[in-house]
Amino acid sequence: MLGAYLPILVLVVIACLFGLGSVVFSSLIGQKKPSQVKLAPYECGCEPVGSARERFSIKFYLIAMLFILFDIEAVFMYPWAVLFKRLGMFGLVEMGLFIVILFVGYVYVWKKGALEWE
Amino acid sequence: MESIFFLVVAAVAVISSILVVTCKNPINSALSLVMTFFCLATFYVMLDAPFMAATQVIVYAGAIMVLIIFVIMLLNVRVETVKRGTHAVIAGSAIGLFILFQTVWFLMKGSMTGKVGDMTKEQIVSVGHVELIGKALFTDFLLPFEVTSVLLLAAIVGAVILAKKKI
Amino acid sequence: METIAMPAINLAVIMPEILLSCIAMVLLLVNVFVPGNNKAYLGYLSIIGLAVTAASAVGGWGPSVSAFNGSVVQDNFAIFFKVIFLISAGLAILISDRYMVQEDCNQGELYPMILFATVGMMLMASGTDLMVIFLGLELLSICLYVLAGWNRDNLKSNEAGLKYFLLGAFSTGFLLYGMALTYGATGSTKIQAISSYVMGNPGVASNPLFVVGMLLIAVGFSFKIAAAPFHMWTPDVYQGAPTPMTAFMSAGPKAAGFAAFIRVMIFAFPMLRAEWSDLLWILAVLTMTVGNIIALSQDNVKRMLAYSSIAHAGYALVGFAAVNAEGAAGILFYMLSYAFMNIGAFAVIILITKKGEVNGNVQDLAGFGHKKPLLAMVLSIFLFSLAGMPPTAGFIGKFYLFSAAIKAGYVWLAIIGVLNSAASLYYYLRVMVFMYMKDPEEDFEWAGATPAIAVCLLVAVGATLVLGVVPGTVLELAQKAVQF
Repeated sequence: MLGAYLPILVLVVIACLFGLGSVVFSSLIGQKKPSQVKLAPYECGCEPVGSARERFSIKFYLIAMLFILFDIEAVFMYPWAVLFKRLGMFGLVEMGLFIVILFVGYVYVWKKGALEWE
Repeated sequence: MESIFFLVVAAVAVISSILVVTCKNPINSALSLVMTFFCLATFYVMLDAPFMAATQVIVYAGAIMVLIIFVIMLLNVRVETVKRGTHAVIAGSAIGLFILFQTVWFLMKGSMTGKVGDMTKEQIVSVGHVELIGKALFTDFLLPFEVTSVLLLAAIVGAVILAKKKI
Repeated sequence: METIAMPAINLAVIMPEILLSCIAMVLLLVNVFVPGNNKAYLGYLSIIGLAVTAASAVGGWGPSVSAFNGSVVQDNFAIFFKVIFLISAGLAILISDRYMVQEDCNQGELYPMILFATVGMMLMASGTDLMVIFLGLELLSICLYVLAGWNRDNLKSNEAGLKYFLLGAFSTGFLLYGMALTYGATGSTKIQAISSYVMGNPGVASNPLFVVGMLLIAVGFSFKIAAAPFHMWTPDVYQGAPTPMTAFMSAGPKAAGFAAFIRVMIFAFPMLRAEWSDLLWILAVLTMTVGNIIALSQDNVKRMLAYSSIAHAGYALVGFAAVNAEGAAGILFYMLSYAFMNIGAFAVIILITKKGEVNGNVQDLAGFGHKKPLLAMVLSIFLFSLAGMPPTAGFIGKFYLFSAAIKAGYVWLAIIGVLNSAASLYYYLRVMVFMYMKDPEEDFEWAGATPAIAVCLLVAVGATLVLGVVPGTVLELAQKAVQF
C-alpha cells in the first residue's frame, strides 16, 4: 500500500543526502584559509550596520494572515476539482457561491488598501 | 516493513514534539513543529487518508508555520530570557503523563470502541479518499461548506481591522 | 463515472441566515465604496436589514421543517431565539454610533461584523448538525474577538480581544474534541442520527467515548455562556470591550450559547439526562454564587454588570437543570427580557461615561438622580429588573425559572437561587443609593442622548415593563417554542 509513496520517500532521502553531502564534502575537500575579512558577514559589500535580527513589521503579518485565509479556500477546491465532472452543474454553482462570498472579501481587502505596502 | 516504518516515524514525531517545548530558541521550536506536522502527515498517509495528509502539509506545515515564524520575528524573541519555573515544568509533565496514562489505559481496556462506519479500507482505497471526502462535503455537508466561506470572509475583515496600520 | 445526485435543497428554511449574510456583505462593500467618515447610515441600514430578517424568521413560525439532510431545522424554538438575537443586535447597533465616534473608532465594518455575528448565532440556534453548530459558533466567536478588541488605541480593549481570543480558542478546542468523540461513538454528527443511534443501542450510554464527549461539549458550551468555573474571561473581556459590544455580548451570544447547549444536550444525550442534569445543578449553583459574591465588591459599573451577567447565566441554568418544558420556556423568556434590561443598562452607562471610559465607577454616579432624574429612573428600572423585583420582566423570568426547578423536585436549587437573587439586590441597590442619596463631587458634564440611544432606551424600558406586567402572550409563545 505504502509502495505508491516510495518515490516521494526516495526524493526526500535524495534531497537530505544532497544537502548533507554539500556541507560535508565542501568542508572535507575545500581549502580553508580564513582571514578577518573573509569571515565578516557579507552585506552587499558595505560595512554591516547593526544587528541582522531586526523586528519585523506587522505588515508581513497581515499579508500572511490573508494568505492563510485564501489558502484554506484552495484546500476546498482540491476535492471539488477531483469531482468536478461528476458533480456537474450543481457543483459548479455550489463552488461559484463559495468563491463569490470570498470574492467579496477580496474586493474589500483590495479597496481597503490592505494589499498595499504602506 | 510497514510497522518498522511506523515506529521510525513515530519516534521522530515524539522526539520533535519534545524538542518543540524544550528548545531555547523559538525558531528551533518552530522548525521542530514543522517536523511534527510532517510526521502527522505521514501518519495520515499510512491511514489511507491522503487528502488529510495534503491538507496537513499545505495548511499547517505551509501556511500556519509561516505565520508562527512571522510572529516570532515580529516579537523579536531570540533566546528564551524568562527562566521557566520548576513548578510549571513539574505540573505540566504530571498532567501530560496523566493524560498519556489515561489514554493508554482506555486503549488497553478496549472500551473505547465507537461505531464502525460502513466504509471498509478496501472501499476507500478503490473509490479514492479525496472522492469520498468531496462527495460528503458537497452533498451531505453542503451547508457547512457554504458557511465556511462566510466564516472566512468574517475572518478576512477581522484581520484587516485588527492588523492594518491605517484603517 | 456516475454523476453525483444533487441533494435536496430547501432554501426557505435558512432564508433568514441567507438574507442577513447578503445584507452584511452588501454593507461591507458599501462601506468601502462610499467615502466619508460618518458611518451612522450603515447602522440604520443594518437595522432595516435586521427587521427584514426578523420578518422572514417569524414567517416560519409553525410546524418544524428540517432541511439540508438534517443539518438545519426551522422550528419555533430556533425562531424564538433568532428574534432574541436580532433584537439584541439591533439594540446594540442603536447605541454603537455615538460611543464609537466618541472613542474614535467608528469604522463602518462594525455593522457588518455585528450582522455576521448574528448570522453565526442564528445558525447555532437552528443547526441540528454538530458541524453547523460549530461553524455558527466559530463565525460568532471570530466576530466577537474582533468586536471586543475594536478600540485599537485602548489597551484595555486590546487586552479584552486577546484574552477572549486565547481562552475562546482553547474552549473551542474542548467543544470540537467533544464533538469528535461523540461522532466516534455514534457515527454521525447529525443530532437526529445520534439520537436514533443512541435509542437503538442503549449500551452506548456507558461507552467512555460517548460520556467524555458529552462532558467536553458541556465544558465548551459552559465557557461560551460564561458559567462558573469557566467564567474567568468574562470580567476582563466585558470591562475592556467597547461598551456597546459588551452589551451585545452579554445578551445575544449568551442566548445563542444556551440555544445550542439546550438542543445538543436534550436531543443528542437523552440517555445521559440524569448525569448532565446533575452536572448542570452544580454549574448553576456555582455560577450564581460566584457571580453574585464577586459582584458585591466591584466599584466599576461595567465590571459589576459583567459579574452580574455571570450570575444571570446561573439563573438560566437553574431552568435548564430542571429539564422540563417550564424550565426551557423560562430560559427563552429570561434571555429575551435579559437582552432588554441589560442592553438598556449599558446604554445608560454609555451616556454617562466620557472618552476613554473615565467615570465608570459607582462613585461617579453620586447625585445623578437629582441632575438627570429621568435617566436615573430609567437606569433604576433596569437595575430593579436585573435584581428580579416586580413589576419588571426580570421578576417574571426568575419566577418561572425557579418554579420550574421546584416542579422538577429541585427545591434546594430554587432556594439557593432565591438567596442569590436577594444577595444581588445589594449591589444593584448600591448604585441607586449613590444616584439618589449622595451629593456629587463635581459637576456633571452631560453630552446628551442621541435619537438612536433614546429609541433604544425607550424600547428597552417599554419591553422591560410590558414583559413584567403583561407577560402572558410572550410566555405563551415561549411555551409553544419548546414543544419540540
